[in-house]
Amino acid sequence: MRGTQQAAKKQDVSIVLCGQAGQGVQTVEHLVTRILKAAGYHVFATKEYMSRVRGGANSTTIRVCGRRVAAPVSRMDILVPLNEGAVAHVAERLSPETVLVGEREVVGDDDVESHRFLAVPFTQIASDIGGKIYSNVVAVGAIAGLLGLDLDAVVAYVRRFFAKKTDDIVANNVKAVQAGYDAVGRLDVPDGLKLTFKPSPKVADEMLLSGAEAVGLGAIAGGCNFVSSYPMSPSTNVLTFLAQHGLEQGVLAEQAEDEIAAVNMAIGAAYAGARALVTTSGGGFALMTEGVSLAGMLECPVVIHLAQRPGPATGLPTRTEQADLELALYAGHGEFPRILFAPGTLEQAFYLTQRAFNLADKHQVPAFILTDEYLIDSYYNFKGFDLSKTKAERHIVKTTRDYRRYELTKNGISPRGIPGYGDGLVAVDSDEHDEEGHITEDLNVRVAMVDKRLAKGEALRKDVVRPELIGPKNYKRLVICWGSTYHIVREALAEMGRTDTAMLHYSQVYPLHPSTADLIRKARRTVVVEGNATGQFRKLIRLHAGVDVDEALVKYDGLGFTVEDVVEGLTEIGNR
Amino acid sequence: MATDVFEMGDIDIAWCPGCGNYPILKTLKEALTELAIDPKQLVMVSGIGQAAKIPHYLKCHFFNGLHGRALPPATAIKAVNPKLTVIAESGDGDMYGEGGNHFIHCIRRNPDITNIVHDNMVYGLTKGQASPTSRRGFKTPVQVAGVILKPFNPLAVAIALDASFVARANAGDREQTREILKRAIRHKGYALVDIFQPCVTFNKLNTYQWFKDHVYYLDDSHDPSDRIAAFAKATETDRLPLGVFYVNPKSSFEENTQMYRDDPRPLCERDVDAGKLAALIETFRRAG
Repeated sequence: MRGTQQAAKKQDVSIVLCGQAGQGVQTVEHLVTRILKAAGYHVFATKEYMSRVRGGANSTTIRVCGRRVAAPVSRMDILVPLNEGAVAHVAERLSPETVLVGEREVVGDDDVESHRFLAVPFTQIASDIGGKIYSNVVAVGAIAGLLGLDLDAVVAYVRRFFAKKTDDIVANNVKAVQAGYDAVGRLDVPDGLKLTFKPSPKVADEMLLSGAEAVGLGAIAGGCNFVSSYPMSPSTNVLTFLAQHGLEQGVLAEQAEDEIAAVNMAIGAAYAGARALVTTSGGGFALMTEGVSLAGMLECPVVIHLAQRPGPATGLPTRTEQADLELALYAGHGEFPRILFAPGTLEQAFYLTQRAFNLADKHQVPAFILTDEYLIDSYYNFKGFDLSKTKAERHIVKTTRDYRRYELTKNGISPRGIPGYGDGLVAVDSDEHDEEGHITEDLNVRVAMVDKRLAKGEALRKDVVRPELIGPKNYKRLVICWGSTYHIVREALAEMGRTDTAMLHYSQVYPLHPSTADLIRKARRTVVVEGNATGQFRKLIRLHAGVDVDEALVKYDGLGFTVEDVVEGLTEIGNR
Repeated sequence: MATDVFEMGDIDIAWCPGCGNYPILKTLKEALTELAIDPKQLVMVSGIGQAAKIPHYLKCHFFNGLHGRALPPATAIKAVNPKLTVIAESGDGDMYGEGGNHFIHCIRRNPDITNIVHDNMVYGLTKGQASPTSRRGFKTPVQVAGVILKPFNPLAVAIALDASFVARANAGDREQTREILKRAIRHKGYALVDIFQPCVTFNKLNTYQWFKDHVYYLDDSHDPSDRIAAFAKATETDRLPLGVFYVNPKSSFEENTQMYRDDPRPLCERDVDAGKLAALIETFRRAG
């Protein structure tokens, strides 16, 4: 009973749903997380899924907590298997304390014997109501019953969710959720699953959204009005989001014929004065690299959202990794400045995407948002965004007759005009060019132009986001992380409770903040936690801050870190 | 004809003496002048190659991008600011080879741009290799035994894709070419003008004289709204027809995006609608 008791004591229950693609795991996830949040509980959800449309095995982990929660755990307090093979799929995460809920035939005799099992015949109950299709909602009812939620509130939510369907369908779904709830009520439910902590009405009013939605909203807040992309998991959700809200929010969303067209369209749009975005992943971004170089040469502001997934090549299309840092850092031939953001939270995904548009415009450089499948597909509740802190800052000038697009200036930034605004002509060339934008082979001009482009690096460094230091200021050990692992490392360190250890999270990984070397030298022992095999950020720190980080805790199995992974990994490193 | 507003003055032009690009440049400036297009409202978009240098040789805004990639930025520029006149101009290698996929999908998209292709049936800037439109048997330093691929037929492909406007011209015939260009630029929607352009340095086969001997102009008996007839004309090989093959007026990409349905302002003049954004953000508070 240790696990579930521990879960109750910690006000923290983890629920895992597992089924085939196409079986509706996402509907259950959607309903359960919204019902919990509406009831005033803190929720977090993340999923892992196969690159297929039907069959296989996909799972979602939902955590419900009495405090804020934003990271996945390996632990399963409740497992709801929806098809045969589901238990085997998550077998490594099973513990003697895991409560299995569902159909005896699906769970299988061995697991029924060896685990705590609560029989709820989802399919049978659903068929009695009106069809197998309702079995997912029966499962939702069962979960609500296990957690001891208020049935009326659950029913009210289900009614609202299906409001656009026919009366019969609404009625059947209500019956299904009630039946699932009641079925659990008749069983001997182990102690510790019922939520005993108090919900907070404030949570019900908070926002619940995914990483993809946070990036999409941040883009709109940053003035994005043009997105051209080619669908590729896991980046597609951002394109979908912007396309669905495009007309209402004034964003032209175009699915290009390939990624090469996508990035060249975005650069063309930016040249004409739009705020342009591409969203891509893996090989799709690899195809865009010549375009990145073009943006560098034309000094064209373009924002690139790169949702990382494991490579090389097609790799694991629907899974997560942080292994495209070096690709983004070096993408494109030749030398030119760039900005790399790597948001770690939903708030950062919003504000930094917005910031990327402003800084790209200000410095006339390509700006990257590096996310990954994990961040894109994860949800949790939080207070919300403050739009008074956001602004689409524009840096476009009205041109005069003698306008020169690449006028040499002290800080390397030439006033940027756009065609049709003013009396000047705006000429840009991918060849080396003179101040007017005309092709040149004057090698003195060449040197002046390289110097001009690179001079922008100085101004860029002044706008770098400071890494966030969490924990004791006089730390002896420092755990460094970047991007999506923010909450995972933070929760792991809180759980370890070491008073000598601090966490340093980078939400901008290039240029590196100038405080980096000092912050790292201050610690006796340092470790980087990152989701790749070769320690790419550790190498970046060595190269750009000139300091060595002692150790690296890496993971590259496609699933990303859980809180337990980080606790175990750091403990092992600490014991060495 | 005085084409003063487009003249660059005394500049160094990187084309060989006698190049077919010169008459195309001159004809284009004449067509633009006759159409009274303001250089400040004209954006030339090109890729890489000898033909792709053309924007440097007349007064205009220009985007001289990557090899093969003129059409995607041209499409985007027009979509962001439909007030601009946008011409995408490059050679046959750039548009039909490196940029072949964009050529196909740009036609499907139908932006209101003019696509001028200098078709000299050879690669010039890389010094004489075969291009997608090189004739079979054409010998080059790479195709040592002669080209073995069938030439790409841009007009037939464009008509098969139901392009909005498809024409072919001959650089040597300035007057006819000027009229074709004027019609193409005036046309609303995607307009392809493939222009036969002698390369005096690397193509000793398809010379000014060769083109003169192998072309004829479509006359009034050809109905440009007849797609089947246009396709038949596009596939003729003994003598190559010139003129406007096919015209099919239809709504443009910019219109079809619906971005200008309720708001005529170009995208580049619009700001974030804070009220609408706040309303969208609020939807994530309501459970639903």
